[in-house]
Amino acid sequence: MADLKDQTGYIGSRVEQSTRELAELTDREYKYGWVTPVEQDTVEPGLNEDVIRLISAKKEEPSWLLDWRLKAYRHWLTMTEPRWANVTYPPIDYQAQRYYAAPKKRPQKPGSLEEVDKELLKTFEKLGIPLEEQKRLAGVAVDAVFDSVSVATTHQDILARKGIIFCSFSEAVKKHPDLVKEFLGSVVPYTDNFFAALNSAVFSDGSFCYIPKGVKCPMDLSTYFRINAAETGQFERTLIIADEGAQVNYLEGCTAPIRDENQLHAAVVELIALEGARINYATVQNWYSGDQFGRGGIYNFVTKRGICKGAGSHISWTQVETGSAITWKYPGCILQGDDSVGEFYSVALSTKRQQADTGTKMIHLGKNTRSTIISKTISAREGNNSYRGLVQIMPKASNSRNYTQCDSLLIGNKCGAHTFPYIDVRNMTSRVEHEASTSKISEEQLFYCKQRGIGPEDAISLVVNGFCKEVFEHLPMEFAVEASRLLNVSLEGSVG
Amino acid sequence: MLEIRNLHAEVEGNEILKGVDLTVRAGEVHAVMGPNGSGKSTLSQVLAGNEQYEVTEGQVRFLGRDLLELPAEERARLGLFLAFQYPVEIPGITNSYFLQAALNEIRKSNGLEELDAVDFRKLLEEKMDLVAVDHSFAERPVNDGFSGGEKKRNEILQLAVLEPRLAILDETDSGLDIDALRIVAEGVNRLRTSERAFIVVTHYQRLLEYIVPDYVHVLYKGSIVKSGGKELARELEARGYDWLKEKSAVS
Repeated sequence: MADLKDQTGYIGSRVEQSTRELAELTDREYKYGWVTPVEQDTVEPGLNEDVIRLISAKKEEPSWLLDWRLKAYRHWLTMTEPRWANVTYPPIDYQAQRYYAAPKKRPQKPGSLEEVDKELLKTFEKLGIPLEEQKRLAGVAVDAVFDSVSVATTHQDILARKGIIFCSFSEAVKKHPDLVKEFLGSVVPYTDNFFAALNSAVFSDGSFCYIPKGVKCPMDLSTYFRINAAETGQFERTLIIADEGAQVNYLEGCTAPIRDENQLHAAVVELIALEGARINYATVQNWYSGDQFGRGGIYNFVTKRGICKGAGSHISWTQVETGSAITWKYPGCILQGDDSVGEFYSVALSTKRQQADTGTKMIHLGKNTRSTIISKTISAREGNNSYRGLVQIMPKASNSRNYTQCDSLLIGNKCGAHTFPYIDVRNMTSRVEHEASTSKISEEQLFYCKQRGIGPEDAISLVVNGFCKEVFEHLPMEFAVEASRLLNVSLEGSVG
Repeated sequence: MLEIRNLHAEVEGNEILKGVDLTVRAGEVHAVMGPNGSGKSTLSQVLAGNEQYEVTEGQVRFLGRDLLELPAEERARLGLFLAFQYPVEIPGITNSYFLQAALNEIRKSNGLEELDAVDFRKLLEEKMDLVAVDHSFAERPVNDGFSGGEKKRNEILQLAVLEPRLAILDETDSGLDIDALRIVAEGVNRLRTSERAFIVVTHYQRLLEYIVPDYVHVLYKGSIVKSGGKELARELEARGYDWLKEKSAVS
């Protein structure tokens, strides 16, 4: 555990100068901060059983699902909000939040584009996610989620030919209830934690994906989450099941308008990999992060977990976290099947007043299970970044191995980096390695670049990109380019 | 090409340079020698534009421009190169990527077209051959995992690629064994042209056996106390610096 805040003052005035340069560079506007004018179907703020019944009724859900929501809600009432994370924020008034918001003109047939509101199509196009047939992204199927509902899912026909199901969660509940019933809450039960319980009670929509036995998904699947409505929480749920020998790459992107109030995003993602299956899940999170005074921004309290259920299965999480006012997120893997593999590659950037407490959990249950954790955190301005990770090797997990590497990069002298590793080994034949490093973008590095003719802004971006390279290598090409661009934009004016 | 007049500079309130005068013309090689703490590295860093050092007095003109007014990157783009005494590591960024970015910045600011990856690669390979470094340097991260000798050779490779008008070698010989020293010096000699000037900053005369200077200057307590031809270096080697110290104390 290393608190470096105090040790960083010594560099003194030269850092301040370069910090000023960096600060000027870092203050770029958040590009996705606009609001779509769309008529909303919302529920009144507040949370009680009636609200949950109303959400369930709006979605025409079967009674088993309503019962599950109600059980989750009643359990949630007995829980208290976790306060162990290394973040600070004022108390959240859960009764002041709206738990459902949907654009009024919803398509009758889920997934049919003809009936999607033009404003929504325009919204996603502006976000770089065209949904119309002729414009949509080649090679990537997209499920577009706007506030509480999925507005469209592209390429469904091509996928269906392979037996792949990719649709909104609501549609899955209607069309594939058995799969949903079998797997919903099987990796993240509603009792798991406070935010998972809340999500289970009020979740609105999200993506559902099933890859049948032996099928390699012919294109990347992607969900794009957009928060639009004010004072509304987003509680989506993603469930991905890769049957025996199946393979899928999944990408998730997120943005939200600029608002002075904080907004809550409490999602749950569950991944299930059966024998020999492989799931690669990549996120580029770019929720609005608030301004330099810490006003506004998304509270991103997310539970993501995968289970390598079958032997030889493989789950890989790659995340690039650049947005949100507060990030509380630990995508993990339960390595149940023998010889299964879990991976976590993460870049988390905190600048302005952003706070991130993020990491992973690797739970080794099966024999010869392997996990790799590569975490890169970047703190700039007054950002505060904590890596928190659990590696647990259970008694039956013979010959298991974990390798963890946590690197922190500090830019300027008002930011903080912390590492909280938890290691619990209960099997003598297993091996756990943990390496950690903290470095500052040094004046020397910047001067060296400048002496070669590279300007200060490009110099910072060069050093930061080099720092993140091991993680970016695990992103699909376009995502890696986007992630690199996002980092550069976020760092403009912040390094200083 | 370079004219330094009465240059004073300090770091954290301590005056290190106390009135340096030096004129360097195209094609010349100047050696700046001196005991530890005389201000040799400070002179290099000040010329390159390290903001850690504050210039309190004097002028420096470089290719007709007021050098001290320019930020470090502008000086580099104008054709000033510093081979660092302690080259800096940039993990995750390959030499090739770094040098292409640097060269294109310099070309852009001189109104030349940027080189694409293919053309740059060709150029880089030629230069690696010219200064006799292994082609594996291209894809290794900048100075990361390099031995001391490799770092110094990497500086010379960068010098070869960026083709500056004035190259300052700051104690490039420090930490090199005799073989590495010879290779580095041969690389530098191949880069000597009638257009390009060098300032070779060194503590020992040894390097000057290989890179033969036109002029030798002795920097002592922040000013140049003696200048001469290449034979001055030998004299310093034989007599040390002490006789100059006495001399400067008297004057």
